[in-house]
Amino acid sequence: MLSLLRTIWDVLLHTFHHRVTVQYPEQKAYLAPRYRGRIILSRDPDGGERCVGCYLCAAVCPVDCIALQATEDKNGRRFPEWFRINFSRCIFCGFCEDACPTYAIQLTPDVEMSEYHRQNMIYEKEHLLIDGPGKYPGYNYWRVCGVAIRGKDKAEAEHEAPVTDLHTLMP
Amino acid sequence: MTSFYPIAIIIGVLIVALSIASGLIWLERRLLALWQDRYGPNRVGPFGLLQVVADMIKIFTKEDWIPPFADKPVFVFAPAIIVVTVLMTFAVLPITPRIIVTNLNIGLLFFLAMSSLGVYSVVLAGWSSNNKYSLLGGVRAAAQMLSYEVFMGLSLMGVVVLTGSFDLSKIVEAQRKMWFVIPQFVGFVLFLIAGLAETRRLPFDLPEAESELVAGYHSEYSGMKFGMFFVGEYLGVTLISALIAVLFLGGWLGPCLPPIIWFFIKMFLFICFFILLRASLPRPRFDQLMSWGWKLMLPLALANILVTGAVVLAHR
Repeated sequence: MLSLLRTIWDVLLHTFHHRVTVQYPEQKAYLAPRYRGRIILSRDPDGGERCVGCYLCAAVCPVDCIALQATEDKNGRRFPEWFRINFSRCIFCGFCEDACPTYAIQLTPDVEMSEYHRQNMIYEKEHLLIDGPGKYPGYNYWRVCGVAIRGKDKAEAEHEAPVTDLHTLMP
Repeated sequence: MTSFYPIAIIIGVLIVALSIASGLIWLERRLLALWQDRYGPNRVGPFGLLQVVADMIKIFTKEDWIPPFADKPVFVFAPAIIVVTVLMTFAVLPITPRIIVTNLNIGLLFFLAMSSLGVYSVVLAGWSSNNKYSLLGGVRAAAQMLSYEVFMGLSLMGVVVLTGSFDLSKIVEAQRKMWFVIPQFVGFVLFLIAGLAETRRLPFDLPEAESELVAGYHSEYSGMKFGMFFVGEYLGVTLISALIAVLFLGGWLGPCLPPIIWFFIKMFLFICFFILLRASLPRPRFDQLMSWGWKLMLPLALANILVTGAVVLAHR
C-alpha cells in the first residue's frame, strides 16, 4: 500500500523533470558523421566521377534497389551511363558503401527524404552525384591504383610508379 | 423568465459536461505526457487544444461498422446507455446553489441508481458483440462494478449520517464548518477507489485490459459508437470528480472566489488525480481486484458506518 503511494508521488515529481522529446521540425537530433542516411555519389578531388561502374554495389544490395549501366569514355575509362537508386526500397544498410572499391558511393547523415509521390523516391544519377569528395577528401582512386586506358596499360607512362603485384605482396 | 431559466440551466450543464468530457481527451494526453517526460499533442492550435476538434472530426467521419455476427439492436443501443446514465446524474449535481438542474431530495440515491444502470451498457456491449474477448470484458465489468458498487454506496452512508439527508445541496451546506474529508477520511478514500472502479479507469480497467482482451467490451465498436464509450468514460471521470468535490470537499464552498470557480477547481483537482493514477499504477490481477473489493473495502466501509454512527449517537 505504501509502495503504491510512493509510486504515485514519484510520478507526480516527474512534473518538474525536463522532457526528453526532441521537437523535430524545429529541433533536430544529432546524427553522427557516419550515420547511414541518404546515399550519394561522390567525386574525386580533381572533380572527376569516382564511380567506375563495377556493379559491386548493385550486386551486394540486399533489396536490389541500385541499378546502373556502365559505359566507357573515349579514353576507355569506365563510368556509369546512368545510375538509379530506388529509395522506397533502400534499407540504408550501407553494404554498397562497404563494397565500393573507389569510395564513390557513400551514405550521408540526411534522413529528410519524405515525398508525396512514390515516383519521386527514385533518384537518378543527377540527383545522386555531388560536387565534393564526401568523407574521403584527399582520396583519388586513379592516383592510387594507376590508370589503364586504351593503348597504355598501368604504369607504362613516363614517370609512373610500377604497379604493386598483389599476388606476390606477402606480409 | 421563470420558465426559461431551468431550460437554460439544462442546456448549459449539458454543454459544459460534454465539452469538459471531450476536453479531457486532450488534458489526459497532455498530463500523461507530462508525467512520462514527453510533450503530448502540442501541434494543433495553441497548446494542441484543437486536437480535440481534429479527433472529433476523425471519429465522426470514421466508418461506423456493425459486425454481421453482432446482435444489432443491442449493439447499437449499448453505447447510448452509458452516456445517458452519466448525463442523468449531472441533473442532480449541485454546481452552485443556483446552478442545479433539479434539486432532488434523494439525489445521492439517484446517482447510485444511475451508476448501477451504467453497468448494463458495458455488459450488453460485451454480450451483443458476439466476440469472446468482448464477452470476457463484459463479464469482468459486471463482476467488478457490482462488487465495487456495494461499498461505494456504503462509503457514502457516513456522509449521509453526518448530514441527515440524501439531498446533495444539503450535504454541501452541512460542510460549512468542516469539509467531510476530515471526519469521513476513510469514506473519502473508499469512495475514490470505488469511483475509479465505476469509471473503469486505469488501475481498474480490467474490462478493457488492452494487453489481455484486445479492448474488452468495446473491441468490436468503431466510429461514433466507440466515441460514445469514450465520451462516457470521460463523463464518468468528470462526474465522479464532481461528486467527490460535492460530497467530501464542500462543493462550491470556499473563501474569496465565486462558488462556481471553487467547484471547478476542486473538480479538476480530482480529474488530474485520476489521470495521475493512470500514469502511475499498474493493473491488478482480477482475483486481487475481487478480494480487495469484498475482503478489504467492504469491511472497511461497514466499520466506517459503525464508527460514524456511534460518534453521531454519542454526540446527540
